[in-house]
Amino acid sequence: MRSVWALAATAALSLLAFSTTTFAGEPKQGGILRMYHRDSPGNASIHEGATYSLNVPFMPVFNNLVIYKQDEAQNTMENIVPELAKSWAWVNDNKTLTFRLRQGVKWHDGKPLTSADVKCTFDMLMGKSQQKFRQNPRKSWYDQVNDISTNGDLEVSFNLKRPQPSLLALLASGYTPVYPCHVSPGDMRTHPIGTGPFKFVEFKANESIKLTRNTDYWRKGRPYLDGIEFTIIPNRSTAILAFVAGKFDMTFPTEVSIPLLKDVKSQAPNAICEVEPNNVATNIIVNSSAPPFDNIDIRKAMALSLDRKAFISIMFEGQGDVGGTMLPPPNGLWGMPKEMLETIPGYGPDINANREEAKKLMQKAGYGPDKHLAVKVSTRNIPVYRDPAVILIDQLKSIYIDGELDVVETANWFPKIARKDYMLGLNLTGNAVDDPDQSFYENYSCGSERNYTNYCNKEIEKLFDVQSQETDIAKRKKLVWDIDKKLQEDVARPIIFHARTGTCWQPYVKGVTVMTNSSYNGYRYEDLWMDK
Amino acid sequence: MFAYLVRRLFLMLVTLFGISVVIFFLLRIVPGNIVDILFAAAGYVDPADKANLEKELGIDQPLIVQYWHWISGFLRGDFGYSYVSEKPALQEILPRIPITARLAGLALLFSASIGIPLGVISAVKQGTRLDYALRVVSLSGLSLPSFWLGLLILTASVAMFGQIPIFNPNPATWLEAFATYAVPAAAVGFRSAALTMRITRSSMLEVLRQDYIRTARAKGASDAAVNYKHALKNAILPVITVIGIEAAFLIGGLIVTETVFNIPGVARFLVEAIRWRDYPIVQNLVMLIAVVVVSANFIVDMLYAVFDPRIRYTD
Repeated sequence: MRSVWALAATAALSLLAFSTTTFAGEPKQGGILRMYHRDSPGNASIHEGATYSLNVPFMPVFNNLVIYKQDEAQNTMENIVPELAKSWAWVNDNKTLTFRLRQGVKWHDGKPLTSADVKCTFDMLMGKSQQKFRQNPRKSWYDQVNDISTNGDLEVSFNLKRPQPSLLALLASGYTPVYPCHVSPGDMRTHPIGTGPFKFVEFKANESIKLTRNTDYWRKGRPYLDGIEFTIIPNRSTAILAFVAGKFDMTFPTEVSIPLLKDVKSQAPNAICEVEPNNVATNIIVNSSAPPFDNIDIRKAMALSLDRKAFISIMFEGQGDVGGTMLPPPNGLWGMPKEMLETIPGYGPDINANREEAKKLMQKAGYGPDKHLAVKVSTRNIPVYRDPAVILIDQLKSIYIDGELDVVETANWFPKIARKDYMLGLNLTGNAVDDPDQSFYENYSCGSERNYTNYCNKEIEKLFDVQSQETDIAKRKKLVWDIDKKLQEDVARPIIFHARTGTCWQPYVKGVTVMTNSSYNGYRYEDLWMDK
Repeated sequence: MFAYLVRRLFLMLVTLFGISVVIFFLLRIVPGNIVDILFAAAGYVDPADKANLEKELGIDQPLIVQYWHWISGFLRGDFGYSYVSEKPALQEILPRIPITARLAGLALLFSASIGIPLGVISAVKQGTRLDYALRVVSLSGLSLPSFWLGLLILTASVAMFGQIPIFNPNPATWLEAFATYAVPAAAVGFRSAALTMRITRSSMLEVLRQDYIRTARAKGASDAAVNYKHALKNAILPVITVIGIEAAFLIGGLIVTETVFNIPGVARFLVEAIRWRDYPIVQNLVMLIAVVVVSANFIVDMLYAVFDPRIRYTD
């Protein structure tokens, strides 16, 4: 048995110590944090969504069993601390993960939290309960969980089919709150009840979301704020101007683009802004089940034609990262080192040489200066999709591929992809957790709902399982690099770049931590306070 | 008169029925439904989950059945529930109507109160520097899209006053409350004011050349009396017609203005509802607007008949 009770206790103590000593000034109680929200989320149920538009306003309402330390920028296994759980332990040859729950925690409606609530939540996520979520986008996260068992009101165990150390990382994500058993999924969509530092007050679609301080919060002295008010402003220019005018204390996290950041800094020089990777990869989805991209030579040629630095330079003024599937270091934990990355076709620094090689492959496939290949490049009708698609079309021209932009309304994007009604697509993939299990199984495993290209390589899939069970981090990292390299060589879903975006706040807002390898996990806001 | 009333009432009902059919089927022709959008937001499509959700929302049923459910509910005052917020549709729609009504009213007021006097002045001072200046202003009003003007106003306010006049749901003073509506109303009403001004000017110029104006001047009437009592009174009819037409077109301008100034009115809400394919909101909101417009026309028709016997006898 490998117990981590001690580690958990140490982490809890260090969190407590950190929270009382880090800030330069003494934290002050009170104040309403005013933030704009970039759009109106479809509902208030985190488990039923797959956008951080939901996490940001509703993560403060909930708690997880465990969570990434909210004052550490990088999500790592070492930074996972207990939340509703007091401690955890791996038992039964690492096939059982047992949590001891904190005593005396109450839901916002006054009912006590018990292990039954935890079981309920995860049974529902695994599709094993009577009550169902309308949508369950992260069901595959729990594929290795056999069942959930309880032992009294304060102990709950995840019984796994095989060891999966990264389950803890998945449980620490902002996407994994514990829901109350006694509230239906439908009610959770409109009036969420949690145990978190803030209580839900109201959600007016297209207008505002209001949260108020949970005075009965189990973590004494928290939260510092009296409440949080999100004003929904879909127009980015209006939102930024309102922040500059001081109407808001903080921008919507990671929503300030690099060009806009310049405006903010020039118009509000006192504002504090941070630019960090958000672990969202811009990539190409290739329909390899139909001509012409069923030809591996053409797929390889396409990958060789990419000038990734040009994308980053045009779109982010140089502030972006080139990498494989996993977010590159130093912010990413699992990304390939630069030297290894540059050995992959298309990643080498000599773009002209890459393109000459690509032209030869195209000529081998029957195309050349006199016979261009006409393709449609489909993408969603949203600037962050459309802009790189235009650059991609321009770059493809250099290897005899004439691309035509096919913009698709959001409502039709996934049905179109599911029908395989595309040749090339430009897509964005956000990773909630910087962990290979989440990324590999979700995007590349055979039959996964989010494996849009239907890439299926049984050999690689075996390697997914090997790395997933590996407890030695160094060994696992090596395995992950090899898998990532192979995925890029197979042109499974060529990664173009990993974006960086900005977050700004007024100088009196204290205790803000922008996470550097995920944009889904850092919004509990219980340590945030205002010095005014 | 009774036969006329019955005929007009029948025509009104037929019109509303036609509108309901057009709204309902147009919405279904647009590719994608709420379920597609929800799954797009969730980043995956699970056919079983999708089918369950379509069943839950009733959009798996034949279109005729769906139409009947909606229209019979509408007639009973049961507007159904928003697919997105899962709240009663009426509860979502009603609070937004006064906001847009205030904005539209102020925009029209701005349009008339600025456009008509400036149009008169421009006509009376034809060929002078003032006339040219006013024509430039009106031309720029017609050329500037309201969203652009709105953004310019916001940027200038922030740069000059450090304030931004976007919607404030809880204004502290009456001035704040007024500014909440007046600034966006000015942005959207500027174009309309420019059009009103041009129409007023050309209409006034035509009237000012009439013989009876010359007669009035010959009889010693003052300039003010000639311009406002005799000329404007006769020149105003085409202006009123244009303002009426502009009122109908205002909804288009309000969509962008409500977006730029972040006003939670009906126009922006309608666009969002269309984007989400939130059928209960779109259908009922458009139908409510149609009922108001058709009813207003019906009342006007009745008034015509009351005041003009020729209509009730010949129609």
